[in-house]
Amino acid sequence: MYVAVKGGERAIGNAHRLYAEARRGDPAVPELTLEQIGQQLSHAVDRVMTEGGLYDPFLAALAIKQARGDLVEAIFLLRAYRTTLPRFGAARPLETDAMAVSRRISATFKDLPGGQMLGPTADYSHRLLDFALAETGLPPEPVPPVAGVSESSCPRVTGLLAATGLVEAPPPDSDEADTTDLTRTPLALPAGRALRLQALARGDEGFLLALGYSTQRGFGTTHPFAAEIRMGSVEIELEAEELGFPVVIGEIAVTECQMINQFQGTADQPPQFTSGYGLAFGEAERKAMAMALVDRALRWRELSGGDDARTPAAPAEDEEFVLAHADAVEASGFVQHLKLPHYVDFQAELELLRRLRADAGAVGCADGRAAGAEAPESVP
Amino acid sequence: MIDGLPASRTVGHGYTYAYLDEQTKRMIRRAVLKAVAVPGYQVPFASREMPMPYGWGTGGIQLTASLIGPSDVLKVIDQGADDTTNAVSIRQFFARTAHVQTTTRTAESTLIQTRHRIPEQPLRAGQIIVYQVPIPEPLRWLEPRETESRRLHALQDYGGMYVKLYEDIARYGRIATAYDYPVLVNGRYLMSPSPIPKFDNPKLDRMPALQLFGAGREKRIYAVPPHTRVESLAFDDHPFQVQKWDQTCVLCGAGDSYLDEVITDDAGGRWFVCSDTDHCTRRRDGGADGGDRRP
Amino acid sequence: MVVIDGPDPPLLTAAGLGKWYGGRVGCRNVDVVVWPGEVVGVVGESGSGKTTLLRCLAGMLAPGVGVVHYRTGEGTVVDVHALPEPRRRRLMRTEWGVVHQNPRDGLRMAVSAGANLGERLLAEGARHYGAVRSRALDWMADVELDTGRIDDRPHAFSGGMQQRLQIGRVLVNRPRLVFMDEPTGGLDVSVQARLLDLLRRLVAELDLAVVLVTHDLGVVRLLADRLLVMRGGEVVESGLTDQVLDDPQHGYTQMLVASVLPV
Repeated sequence: MYVAVKGGERAIGNAHRLYAEARRGDPAVPELTLEQIGQQLSHAVDRVMTEGGLYDPFLAALAIKQARGDLVEAIFLLRAYRTTLPRFGAARPLETDAMAVSRRISATFKDLPGGQMLGPTADYSHRLLDFALAETGLPPEPVPPVAGVSESSCPRVTGLLAATGLVEAPPPDSDEADTTDLTRTPLALPAGRALRLQALARGDEGFLLALGYSTQRGFGTTHPFAAEIRMGSVEIELEAEELGFPVVIGEIAVTECQMINQFQGTADQPPQFTSGYGLAFGEAERKAMAMALVDRALRWRELSGGDDARTPAAPAEDEEFVLAHADAVEASGFVQHLKLPHYVDFQAELELLRRLRADAGAVGCADGRAAGAEAPESVP
Repeated sequence: MIDGLPASRTVGHGYTYAYLDEQTKRMIRRAVLKAVAVPGYQVPFASREMPMPYGWGTGGIQLTASLIGPSDVLKVIDQGADDTTNAVSIRQFFARTAHVQTTTRTAESTLIQTRHRIPEQPLRAGQIIVYQVPIPEPLRWLEPRETESRRLHALQDYGGMYVKLYEDIARYGRIATAYDYPVLVNGRYLMSPSPIPKFDNPKLDRMPALQLFGAGREKRIYAVPPHTRVESLAFDDHPFQVQKWDQTCVLCGAGDSYLDEVITDDAGGRWFVCSDTDHCTRRRDGGADGGDRRP
Repeated sequence: MVVIDGPDPPLLTAAGLGKWYGGRVGCRNVDVVVWPGEVVGVVGESGSGKTTLLRCLAGMLAPGVGVVHYRTGEGTVVDVHALPEPRRRRLMRTEWGVVHQNPRDGLRMAVSAGANLGERLLAEGARHYGAVRSRALDWMADVELDTGRIDDRPHAFSGGMQQRLQIGRVLVNRPRLVFMDEPTGGLDVSVQARLLDLLRRLVAELDLAVVLVTHDLGVVRLLADRLLVMRGGEVVESGLTDQVLDDPQHGYTQMLVASVLPV
């Protein structure tokens, strides 16, 4: 087999070796194990699984190790692996009502059926560097068991309110058959809510966070309340065709957030609370909350009676803008492609610029404008 | 190009032949057929995540992967050159995953994947050239919304594009687009030729080879079938013109090829070489000499 | 509805137009006929439904009930709201024109005055730069703009100049029917007067038919041949402009006229 070997090939090989060396660092320091990453950098693992669209803590840890902790790169690695996997089918919708809850809070009711459960959170910690962690030490003190926590009855807040009509009823369970897979069908706009949620779930946490934040600051009028955030494990059920009934194929940890907003109502609908929804793998509260805010913001057209003539008033309401730019893997690739050679295009621009400058030189600058520069706005 | 290839044939590490699974290849081939049937129309396709980043040729790679077969001879160029890093990387990828013969010779190749150039040597019938496309939508700079730009295509409402050309001439005395110069395909669809220099635009017109364009991140495939009319936009009194150089290639003396400029010192010293390395090599092998004045 | 006999059949005919926003009335039971070369004024206070009516007539807003028919340059009568979008868009940029109250809504602010004036010609297929530019120069002069500023962007123009540029941009390919929504709104009185003179001259020179929406009775007095007075979404009075303004029959019109004329 003939392969053209030129300087580029050797350079690439060496670059890869250098990268591997940098990844390993000082060989005198023990190498990270995937177990360590999975156990001790679990937020990183959760983010990579969420945006990578694949629940596999082992592979996510591997991707993080391979990417030297660059999470966007790790997400990319996981995605490029995921895309080659066969699809067996679509699972039944998650029953988050039946979640084995490890954390559950509501900002709307002081107490509620099932109770508030803080769970593992740093929310109320003081953000002081804990120098004790710099030393390898003893395991943390065990948490004493709490009486009265019931795993079995933990109805969702929006469900409690929906019964009174104050919150919109949840959309009916959609048939599996009409669940479009965003990774197997190109996104068509306008997208339905299910498709939008898929895109947001894979969307970059930083981007969604900024957009969600912008809605709170007045770019998009939402006055959200965190009706409920819950975290825990849920069962995955798959309905195998030959069986005819769903079977549990595993359990995953998820974070779910429902934000509710006051809604003025339309001619057809009385005023009520409407909701935005967020879901992420593992413990990923920030992502789930940001996602819920953006989901609600993107529902503005549907909630304003479907007036097609209106244009979105804020960036977070602009479906095309949000969905086209939310994916970190796409954004990272395209921004970084600017590192690739552009000699040819640059040469074309250079040639054009020289010609324009030559033209400008030939006619002189008597009329007060130079080629390549903006014409003054108020030439008399 | 896929004759005689068992669908189940796999290549190391559990990946399918040419990386993509056969279902995906079929999906891409269907999009290609549609693109060929409607020249210049951007066909949405379910672009896959590839093991290269978006913006680095994922669209072109998916096209190549779905077309390539063991009997193909593949040439990959970036900026006209076979030895630029990204071209090397893509060529290695297919050498490894598709066991395919690779070449730098334009004439020997059956399939050419390119970024930013069309080879100087005219392509012939039976060859396929695959372009890597970053932004497939020529109207994007006038109308950033895809929902609206697709409507403009549907209605063939291209007035805005000519407003831009008018504005260029009013401002600069000439059309100030040097690369990715928009073309009208078969008298119907406005098309981005990918960021090739406008020097290459005339080669698009009635080319005997099949031209395929892939945009992975934007999830679009489009095509110019062989011998299709491709016009570069212009005004009657400001006709389309390509770049010309006062210099010739210092290596082969070519005066009719696209030249790259190389800065040789910090005192403004420059020389020019063919951007198409195969073209340059062939000329030198044939005895041409640019009177190499390199220091 | 006053019907005027003329040699030509009507250009635009609307019958039984109604538009509701939820429970709120935009307009209802409106009949309009526009004859070639005439200016029809629509007056009323804000919220009276005149802009809703204009948008329904111009095909920009689908009415809840009623139809709008237009007689094209080729003589065929088309149902404006049943037209396929490509044809409606073509109509919009060839035989019709829309002048917005805010010139920024009708101009491309990022390109020069000349490009603004040339756009409709380019959209129609003009491919000679020199010819487009000379038409643009003629229109700069026609709308009383300094031809030396043809390469300036609209940002550099005053409000009145922007409005004249917008009018030139619409009239450049001699449409047959123009919809104007408060074309003099937001301008100083002296600037308004000059714009009105310009409009009056162009309407006569080009034999334009115009549907002109305004709350300003002075504007319709000067420009409109006929008048519709709207209130609460309905036409309460219509007729020849002078007749309606000098001898208003409906109480609301009397009030409108009384509140303006004594000034």
